[in-house]
Amino acid sequence: MCSLRVTTDADRLRTELRDNSVRVIDVRRAEDYKKDHIPKSVNLPLAVLLSDDDPQRVAKIAQSLGIDDQTPVVVYDDTFGALASRVAWTLEYLGHADVSLLEMTYGQWKSLGLETDQKEYLFGPKTHSVHPRPEILASADYLEKRKDQKGVILVDNRERLNYLEQHIPGAINIPYRTLASEDRILRPHDELKRLLKNRGVVDDAEVITYCGSVGTLSGLAYYALKSIDYPNVKLYVRSFKEWKGLNKPTTKQENADYWDLSAE
Amino acid sequence: MSKVITKPEDPRMPAINWARGEEAENFAKTVRLYRQGKIDADSFRRFRLQHGAYGTRMTDDYAMVRIKIPAGQIYPHQLEKIAHLSEAFSIGSAHVSTRQNIQLHWVVLEDVSEIMRELADVGLTSREACGNTVRNVMCSPLAGVCNKEEFDATQYAIATAKFLLRNPLNQALPRKFKFNFTCCEDHGMVRMTDVGLIPQTRTIDGKPQRGFKVFLGGGLGNKSFVGHQLEDFTPEEDLLYTSIAVIRVFDRLGDRKNSARNRMRYLVDQMGWETFQNLVLKERAIVRVTQSVIVKLDVDTAVQDISSPVRISGFDDKSIPDGFSRWRKTNTCKQKQGDYYSVSVTLEAGDVTANQLRTLADVCREFSAEGHARNGFVQDLYLRYVQESDLPRLYSRLLKVGLANPGSLTMVHPVGCSGTTSCNLALTNSHRLAKEIQRKFIEMRLDEDDDLRDTTIKISGCPNSCGQHEIATIGFYGGGSRMNRDMYPVYQMSLGGRSDGQTMLGVSVIRIPAKRTISAILKIIDTYKENKKAGESLKMWIHKIVTGHADSKVKSVDDIKKILLPLTEVPAIAADKDFYSDYGSDSHYHTRTGKGECAA
Ligand code: SF4
Repeated sequence: MCSLRVTTDADRLRTELRDNSVRVIDVRRAEDYKKDHIPKSVNLPLAVLLSDDDPQRVAKIAQSLGIDDQTPVVVYDDTFGALASRVAWTLEYLGHADVSLLEMTYGQWKSLGLETDQKEYLFGPKTHSVHPRPEILASADYLEKRKDQKGVILVDNRERLNYLEQHIPGAINIPYRTLASEDRILRPHDELKRLLKNRGVVDDAEVITYCGSVGTLSGLAYYALKSIDYPNVKLYVRSFKEWKGLNKPTTKQENADYWDLSAE
Repeated sequence: MSKVITKPEDPRMPAINWARGEEAENFAKTVRLYRQGKIDADSFRRFRLQHGAYGTRMTDDYAMVRIKIPAGQIYPHQLEKIAHLSEAFSIGSAHVSTRQNIQLHWVVLEDVSEIMRELADVGLTSREACGNTVRNVMCSPLAGVCNKEEFDATQYAIATAKFLLRNPLNQALPRKFKFNFTCCEDHGMVRMTDVGLIPQTRTIDGKPQRGFKVFLGGGLGNKSFVGHQLEDFTPEEDLLYTSIAVIRVFDRLGDRKNSARNRMRYLVDQMGWETFQNLVLKERAIVRVTQSVIVKLDVDTAVQDISSPVRISGFDDKSIPDGFSRWRKTNTCKQKQGDYYSVSVTLEAGDVTANQLRTLADVCREFSAEGHARNGFVQDLYLRYVQESDLPRLYSRLLKVGLANPGSLTMVHPVGCSGTTSCNLALTNSHRLAKEIQRKFIEMRLDEDDDLRDTTIKISGCPNSCGQHEIATIGFYGGGSRMNRDMYPVYQMSLGGRSDGQTMLGVSVIRIPAKRTISAILKIIDTYKENKKAGESLKMWIHKIVTGHADSKVKSVDDIKKILLPLTEVPAIAADKDFYSDYGSDSHYHTRTGKGECAA
C-alpha cells in the first residue's frame, strides 16, 4: 500500500481546508499552537505522541482528532519537517493511507503571508482501525541482521560531525539538511534523485534510515525517499540512542579533530 | 531599539559570473569513473584539485571544497548560499582562509558536484582553487578605502583573475602560483608571494600615470623567500604582459620533478635574481609584440555604487550594548572616505557557522553602503562603508550571533591553519590552539593594550606555512617530541617575522610544548613590559632583538631562549597527563600523517 502523496503544497492545502476535506495536524508544542496556527488545524505535539506510540494508542489519538481511515491528513511543524515526518510516519505505521507533509514549515507559511488563526479546533471523535505496517519499521535486531546484506543501504541522517564521531558500521551519512531546499522541506524530485544516485543510494535497494534518538530527522529522510518513489524504505525508529544503549557496535572517523572546525 | 525597515532586494550584484554550469556534471561523472576504477588515482587527484577539491585527513571519502572569492569580494546572497551548502553538505560551519577563499570541510566526495552546481547559481566557482594553477587572486580588504593607497587595486585584481581563470596558460604549471594585490605597504603581503603588486602612480608630462610595484619570487613554505622588485615602476598597461611573462617563464623553466622545490621562488633562488629578472623582461617584450592587439586586461572602470541604506529613525543611544567602545577601538578603522568606517568581523581561526553567515548577509545589506563584504587576509571578514552612526547598531547585531568579539585588528586574533582538524600533513591541532589563544587573550583583555596591537600571532600545524607563522611577530609550527617512550606535541617558536615594507622571516627561537605556548607568549609580553622603551610596541621591541639592535637588557634571541627555557621542562606522564595530549584531544598524542597535496 502506498500513500497517495508525500507532500502537499500550500495552494492545495488551502483549497482542501476550504472544502473541509482534510485534517491538518500541527505538531508543535501546545504553547506555540495556542499563539497561532494554520486555520482548522489540530494540535498534536510530538512529545505527546512519543510518550507512547503503540498503534492502539495512536489509533485513539487519531480518533480523538477526528481522523478516520479515510480522512486525508496533512502534517506540519516548524522544525524542517522532521517532527511532522515522525508523526506522519506513525500514522502510516498505524495503517493510515493518506497522510502527507505540508511542503513548507510553519515559519515559511507565515513569511509568505498565508492565513493563520488563533482559534483552537476540536473535531468530533471518529473511528480508526489498527492495521500496523511492519514493513516500514526497522528494529535494532532487524537492522543488525540485514544491514550488511547485499541490496540493503543504511543511511544516517544526523549532522556530519555527529556522524564522523560515531555511527553504525556501514552507514552512509546524508544529513537531514541535505534533503531540503532553501524554501521547502524537501528538494525538488530531480535534485533528490541525482543526489542519491551520486551517493549510490539506488532505488531498488532496501533503504533503512536512522538518526539520533526518536526517528525525526530520519523520518524526514524516509519521506524524501518516498517522494521520489523508492519502494522499500524503513525507519529505524528508535535510532542511534537505542543502538548505543544496546551496546551494539559503532565506528568513528579516527585521527582527526574535526570538531574543532566548528564555529559553534 | 528602533526597528529597521526592510529594504528591497539590493540590485547590486557581482559583475562577473565565475562559474561554468557544466563543470559540476563533469565532476560527478569523473568521480563515478574513478570509483569504478576507470580512472587512476593520480589522474583523478589532479582533476579533483584543478576543480578545487582538496583531500582530507586520513580518508579518501571526504574532500574540502575551496571556493574562490577573487579579491575577497563576496555578496550577501553568496554568503547565504554558502550557509546553506555548509549545512547541506559540510559540518554546518564554513571557513574563511588566509587567501580569501571560503572552504567547506568534510564534504563527501560524491557531494562535491552538488556544491559546484549550487555555487554556479550564485556565480561562484572552486575551479583552480587548488592544484598547479593560478590560485585565488587576492586583494587587500582595504583596497579602495585605505588612507595610504595611491589608487584602488580591486578591479585590477578582479580583471587579472578573470583573465587567468580557465586560461590554458595556467592549467598545468610546475606548481601552484599566487597573485597578491594590496593597497599599500602596510596592509598586504606582496613580498611573500609569487607575484605581489602595490599600486603606484607617477607623473609623466604633468599627467598622472597608474602602475604597480611588482615583486616576484617570494613565498612562505618549508623554505621561505622574500620577493624581489622587478623594476621601479610597472605601468598599468604592462600589468597583464608582465603577469603572462612571469607565468610563461615559470612554466618553461620551473622544476616539475622535485615536488619539494618547485615553487617559483626556488627557480629564482637557483638561477639568481638578475638572470630571472632579465628573462622576465625579455619574455615580456615578446608577449607585448605578440599579444598586444587581442589580449587586454578588462578592468572595470565603472564608478562604485555607494549608497547608504535609508532608515526611518536613528539608534537609541541608551541601548548601546556593553563592550561597544572596546570593540570599536579594536575592530574598526576609519576610511579615506571620512564618513565611513570599515569593520573587521572577528572569527575564530576563520570558522563561521551557517547562521552567522546568514546574519553577515543581513547586516551587509543593511549597513554596508557598497552592498558586499570582503574576506580579509587573516581569516576574517570586512564590512566596509559603514556609517559611523550605524556602528553601535551593527555591533549589537553581531553581538547576538557571537560575532562581536573584540580584537580583530589586534594581537588577540591569531591565524591558525586547519592542522589536525582536516589536513593530512598536520602534526598538531594548530587550529584549536589559535582559538585557545584568542579566548584566553580576550579574557585577559590584551586587545586593549596598544603596545600589543600591531603584533601578530600565526600558527601552522607542521613545517609548511599555511598558517603563515614565518611572517608573524610570534610564530609557531607544530611537531612532536618524545620523553622516553611517550610523545607530546610541541611548537617551534619564531620571532620577528613581518610582511610589510621591512618584510623578514621570523627567527627560530625554541621548541615549546603545545600546552605551554600560551605561557610562553605571556612570558615574552612580561619581559617586554619590563624592558621596553617609552613608545615602543612589542613588535618594535622584538624587531630590534632579532635584527641585533636591542638596547634593553634582553639583547638577543639567545636571551629570550634562556627566559623561556623553564617552560620546556617535561613533566613525568603520571604527574601531568594533559601535557602529553594536544589541544582538542584527551587522548595520548601521536603523530600521524598522510600524503600531502598542496603542502606549502
Ligand atoms: S601548515 Fe601543515 S598542517 Fe597546516 S594546513 Fe599546511 S600542511 Fe596542513
